[in-house]
Amino acid sequence: MHRTGELFGQFETMDQQRESASLGMWVFLSTEVLFFGGMFMTYTLNRSTYPDVFGEASRSINLPLGAVNTIVLIASSLTMAMSVWASQVGKKQLLTIFLILTLILGSVFLGIKGIEYHEKFVEHHVPGLNFSFEPGASVATNAHAQLFFSLYFAMTGLHALHMIVGAGLLIWLIKQSLKGRFTPEYSTPVDLIGLYWHFVDIVWIFLFPLLYLIDRH
Amino acid sequence: MPLYPEQASNFAPNVDALFVYITAVCLFFAVAVTIAVVFFFFKYRRKTAGEVGVPIHGDMRLEVIWLVVPLLLALTMFAGGAVIYVDFRRPPMDTLDIYVVGKQWMWKAQQPTGLREINELHVPVGRNVKLILASEDVIHNFSVPDFRVKMDVVPGHYNTLWFRPTKPGKYHFFCSQYCGTNHALMGGWVTVLEPTDYEAWLSGSSSADANPLVAGEKLFAEKACNTCHLSDGKGRAPSLNGVYEGKVLLADGSTVTADDAYIRESILAPAAKVVAGYQPVMPTFQGQLTEEQIIALTAYIKSLQSQPVPATGAGIAPAGKK
Amino acid sequence: MSTTPAAIPSATPGNTLPREHYLNATYGIRSWLLTTDHKRIALLYLVSVTFFFFIGGAFATMIRIHLLTPNGYLVTAETYNKLFTMHGVAMIFFFLIPSIPAVLGNFLIPLMIGAKDLAFPKINLLSWYIYLVGGGFVLYSFSTGGLDTGWTFYTPLSSVYSNSAVTPAVIGVFINGFSSILTGLNFIVTIHTMRAPGMTWFRLPLFVWAHYATSIIFILGTPVIAITLLLAGLERMLHLGFFNPALGGDPILFQHLFWFYSHPAVYIMILPAMGVISEIIPTFARKPIFGYTFIAGSSIAIAVIGFFVWAHHMFLTGESAYAALTFSLLSYLVAIPSAVKVFNWTSTLYKGSISWDTPMLYALGFIGLFLVGGLTGLFLACLGLDIHIHDTYFVVAHFHYIMVGGAVMGYVGGLHFWWPKITGRLYPEFLARIAAVTLFIGFNLTFFPQFILGYLGMPRRYHSYPPEFQVFNVMSTAGASILALGYLLPMIYLIWSMRYGRVAGRNPWPATGLEWQTDSPPLTENFDVTPEVTWEAYDFVNRPDLGLDVKGAPSLAPAHGDD
Repeated sequence: MHRTGELFGQFETMDQQRESASLGMWVFLSTEVLFFGGMFMTYTLNRSTYPDVFGEASRSINLPLGAVNTIVLIASSLTMAMSVWASQVGKKQLLTIFLILTLILGSVFLGIKGIEYHEKFVEHHVPGLNFSFEPGASVATNAHAQLFFSLYFAMTGLHALHMIVGAGLLIWLIKQSLKGRFTPEYSTPVDLIGLYWHFVDIVWIFLFPLLYLIDRH
Repeated sequence: MPLYPEQASNFAPNVDALFVYITAVCLFFAVAVTIAVVFFFFKYRRKTAGEVGVPIHGDMRLEVIWLVVPLLLALTMFAGGAVIYVDFRRPPMDTLDIYVVGKQWMWKAQQPTGLREINELHVPVGRNVKLILASEDVIHNFSVPDFRVKMDVVPGHYNTLWFRPTKPGKYHFFCSQYCGTNHALMGGWVTVLEPTDYEAWLSGSSSADANPLVAGEKLFAEKACNTCHLSDGKGRAPSLNGVYEGKVLLADGSTVTADDAYIRESILAPAAKVVAGYQPVMPTFQGQLTEEQIIALTAYIKSLQSQPVPATGAGIAPAGKK
Repeated sequence: MSTTPAAIPSATPGNTLPREHYLNATYGIRSWLLTTDHKRIALLYLVSVTFFFFIGGAFATMIRIHLLTPNGYLVTAETYNKLFTMHGVAMIFFFLIPSIPAVLGNFLIPLMIGAKDLAFPKINLLSWYIYLVGGGFVLYSFSTGGLDTGWTFYTPLSSVYSNSAVTPAVIGVFINGFSSILTGLNFIVTIHTMRAPGMTWFRLPLFVWAHYATSIIFILGTPVIAITLLLAGLERMLHLGFFNPALGGDPILFQHLFWFYSHPAVYIMILPAMGVISEIIPTFARKPIFGYTFIAGSSIAIAVIGFFVWAHHMFLTGESAYAALTFSLLSYLVAIPSAVKVFNWTSTLYKGSISWDTPMLYALGFIGLFLVGGLTGLFLACLGLDIHIHDTYFVVAHFHYIMVGGAVMGYVGGLHFWWPKITGRLYPEFLARIAAVTLFIGFNLTFFPQFILGYLGMPRRYHSYPPEFQVFNVMSTAGASILALGYLLPMIYLIWSMRYGRVAGRNPWPATGLEWQTDSPPLTENFDVTPEVTWEAYDFVNRPDLGLDVKGAPSLAPAHGDD
């Protein structure tokens, strides 16, 4: 197994290795754009077909919690950016601290998400689990509301999955950082995982208004 | 051995002519390239072990020619096809309308008089015929090769298909969208009759009770539509007199034509298009009506076309408004 | 046919294989299953895609036998529907899409650009394992109830009505998509960052350009089918309503999402094959490809325009006529770059020194069959004609001409061309030529009658048909038996040659690519010394190391200056 920071066998120079890693992450993120994009498309089309029910369903999810989560995630992107800066100027202790802060904020996000999901479960708004939008709702309203919630869980669920993976990556980063592996000359994993983390944040920036903020007069 | 089906509709000769044209163009290029390849293959066959070819890297003029010429030819093919397709997608106004419902694995057709057929379709020669296609389950496709027409039958949508038969006879129709186990058995015969024979065939069966108009009128009352859609325009909902194929003014200022699809949508998703001046209070009937019932209601509403339109409370936009 | 001209001094097959190479560098099953050597991974893929080719082929055989009679008694309707579905799924997702990129691309791209391996060798191995897991799910589906939705999985048939093992199949295809995505990612990064000094973009072999274009489609298209199948699978498992009209969903939305990937997917299947042809023709005509820049550019153009034509599969769904007009026009546009390639390949033969060796036979066979397949696409793109031939055997014939006549011939031709490099040995030339011709004849006999069947109106996916269609069906099945022979022969003699074939030496043809500068088979790390490239692609004249007779042949300025 290679130690972090060594030149891998297939590369000629560290520069080539760095360039490849960076391009690789950007290409991967572009595939993620298309991946989430398919669902965004589906959601948008359905939203314009059933504006009323989608509006009602949107009003029934927890806006304050969603807003808090948005702030939490943006803050975590800030701490992530700070950790990249810290690695670039060689402040190893600060790097570790910022990484840990990012992990904490990410975990807070996931915890709040868990609370939201629990709320939905209690209200019978989870498709496939005795779904019932509201008492007395017509068949059609129920069906369209279930469509909203199917997409809600699919989109936020996929996002949360990406957050969990991100958290795992952060744990690895923190372990490496504690061993002092990252220097101004070599901080590729921090940069790349930072990119990933920012991307997951951006996905949420789109998710939040689409899911929580429509028709909120 | 026939290489192409009979030409039995207004579309067939045009489609075949276009097919011949495209075949001719493609054949020309295919033959030209094949001859060139075979010719070079033999003429420039390697003669000695170490021989090399003459290094020619390219020729800009040639590249432009064989990019532009095929492009122009392709555009002619596109144009020829577009003309036929646009005609096909715009049924004329004076059509004989037949409702066709596809379900796994059979076809049900309903003539304007209400007479029903299963896996059969009788039509008169020389008339424009429009099929309004609905599905009760999965996606099917109604295709008549001798007419050169087909159209998907999609659940949740209405699709239309039109043609004018030009030759009496019996023509095969098929389901042309894979729909499950007996997809291949879901076909039948279109019988094209002389107009007098068609009339004779139509009246040859008792269809009074199958008349969709009667069924539709009953449903209109049963489902309480008549409690809001008062014909004098004084109800909570617009009068439906004269509304069919008329222009409706919507709450958002736009106008829409009240065709079959609009009526169907109004029944299943009434909030989608609310008529100007009315509240969005109509409940949806999604899940409460079968396709046949919707067809019956539509037939009844269509029959109100000739009823007197009230001065106020009409569904249609006043004359003069765009 | 006369025999190959006497061997050239620099390419004399040596008596023995090189002492150390990638095949004997390490031994044992772990050294193969945990390898990160792109060449070994290519062989792992070779075995797996061949396995799925056999499975898909077995289903095809049963289909053609069943269709000998109008009321075929070989299998029931239900079984027939499973046969054509599983034939499609196995062939498309587990053979055609991976074949050339994962076998030939993986093996050759680092060699062609002068690198030691791909950018991410471990991810390369991961791709193969993901492929196996996806394949496992699909095989599980096949053997526990089968799959009868058509490879297109149209809803609500697949998500609500079908009683077959849809969910595991959908999971399998979903997982397999990530194998494609990672391969594409690997190729793009490798081609950008790992070219040897002097290997500029316009000195790259066209095979590399083809795979670059293919990789763009891999990474941008595949995620969309992944999410589509995920939603369809969830719909089926949890009774949700994305694509089910009874629950407010839209089956046409499924088709849009599905075809957004699946149309570019067909370019994934053909672009690499075109790349193979672009290597074979200059090599066996011993002159540079005519119009290098145009062939490279047309690959990119096909990849890009190919993303904008998907709804030509939906002309008759009731989509708006304006949409149909737009997609028809764009579909004609995407045909033009392919035409440009065919003209350029043909022109390359002019004043060449043409060898009749097997790879050249495959390349020319490709041109002929791709010509028919591509030109018949023009019929389908034509809105007025499509009304008549949509969902008939005309479509079946069209895509088999491209995928089998095109992609598979490209794959088999490429295998023959690079066989000496991969194994160090030559295949038996005489037998190989016979197989190539057999394939070509058998293929045409199988699929040409299907064009006629289609215009006559025979719908596709029919387990039984009206009797008037029988003659052409019998012709088709007869052809298929010859086609099968054309496939079996290479399988037999290629395996035979691995032990008993003549040792090839470094550059038996000879060809100009960097891969031919290495041993046959190459070292694990490909090159002892990183090459420095100072010559243009396909330059036979300024390459004294090839040992060819260039006295009197005019020497010209670098390639791309002329284009």
